[in-house]
Amino acid sequence: MAVDLHKFANPARFLRITSAIFPWAAIVTVLLLAVGLYLALFASPEDYQQGATVRIMFVHVPAAWMAMSIYVMMAISSATGLIWKHPVADLSAKAAAPIGACFTFLALVTGSLWGQPMWGTFWVWDARLTSMLILFFLYLGYMAIWGSFDDQSKAGKAAAILVLIGAINVPIIKFSVDWWNTLHQPASVATMDGPKIHSSILTPLLVMGLAYTSLFLTIFIIRVKAEILGRRLRILRLAHVED
Amino acid sequence: MTRKRRRLYIVLSGMAVLAVAASLVLMSFEDSLVFFRSPSDLVEKPVPVGRNFRLGGLVEEGSVVKDGVEISFRVTDLVESVSVRYRGLVPDLFREGQGVVTEGQLTEDGTFVASSVLAKHDENYMPPEVAESLKAAGQWQPEDKK
Amino acid sequence: MSTLNEFLNMGGYGAFVWPSYGVSALILICLIVLSIRHLRKIERELKPLETDRKSRRRRKVPTGDTVQ
Repeated sequence: MAVDLHKFANPARFLRITSAIFPWAAIVTVLLLAVGLYLALFASPEDYQQGATVRIMFVHVPAAWMAMSIYVMMAISSATGLIWKHPVADLSAKAAAPIGACFTFLALVTGSLWGQPMWGTFWVWDARLTSMLILFFLYLGYMAIWGSFDDQSKAGKAAAILVLIGAINVPIIKFSVDWWNTLHQPASVATMDGPKIHSSILTPLLVMGLAYTSLFLTIFIIRVKAEILGRRLRILRLAHVED
Repeated sequence: MTRKRRRLYIVLSGMAVLAVAASLVLMSFEDSLVFFRSPSDLVEKPVPVGRNFRLGGLVEEGSVVKDGVEISFRVTDLVESVSVRYRGLVPDLFREGQGVVTEGQLTEDGTFVASSVLAKHDENYMPPEVAESLKAAGQWQPEDKK
Repeated sequence: MSTLNEFLNMGGYGAFVWPSYGVSALILICLIVLSIRHLRKIERELKPLETDRKSRRRRKVPTGDTVQ
């Protein structure tokens, strides 16, 4: 494990590995999205209660999954950056943040577009929706910290601390629907007694979930490469000035 | 190595303290974090007449009476139930046996006069045919929730 | 034609279903385009500095320089 981490900690090797994965990630994303969208829009039945609005779930739930798992990934790499000072760790978290923010925004917007016809309102301040909005602000705050420091290593440290403090919000989002009464429905897929979604609706959901995951990986590789080269650019410019 | 160890312990203990603090805060705000009260909660901790709050539960089967724009029904949690009156449009998902969250206040006669009605969806998703066959097979348990 | 209309209508919920898919596509495509543009910009700026550094290195250290 330690050996593996050190392999990834070398930026040049990290770039070589991610560049090798990139074309495959892109191809898999396109294929999964094509299959997922076909299943979501054409080959899946309407829900017995929600009618066609169930199709909103196929873009809403995967976005919410990504919003939370990207945050967890950022928290893990930020902790790694703080403790072991791995050079790629902070940059990985920085590269992932805008993607996570986009998915969080999409989860909020598509959720509201489902809420209006089904609940009768675009927004309520229940525990699930509020904690999800806080997650969005955590992403924005994280990106703002990176932007507001000139010294990038200080920025990385401050941003990492924010992510770790905000990590407390992730279990709150996940379990808000069980701990408190909310308007948002309880978990349907990751429950103790198995999924409560019929397979004809669950399959497109899972395919879209995989598609979003590999889409994240594809965009992440592009962004992390930009971050690593960007740091190299700063170092070279500094050396240039000093010469 | 020792410095890394030390940083590891600092991060871990920071997270632990934070988790404890967060759970204490959340526990003390329990009442305001709850989005609605159930009819049983009302029996346990009565709310004074005229105070605004949200009441949630299932729309009792066979209790919906529509009279022009006024609609009345009973909200139940299968133990206790409360009559609700509301003037206005109800959301598409509003039906008997389904979850509902209403906002309003109790009147002297114990009726809840709602100013808004939101439908609450449950965690079950299935095509209509499956719902039909479950009903036909007698395995239909839409009210089988906590 | 009627099946297309039916499809677009989404059982009366088209006004909610299509914007959901639309906003998802819009945001994600923008994210991809901006990410690629950002990378290209950095690569463009890095190129002259890298070649500059290599040529200067060759002058300073004639042989055996494999250090990153």
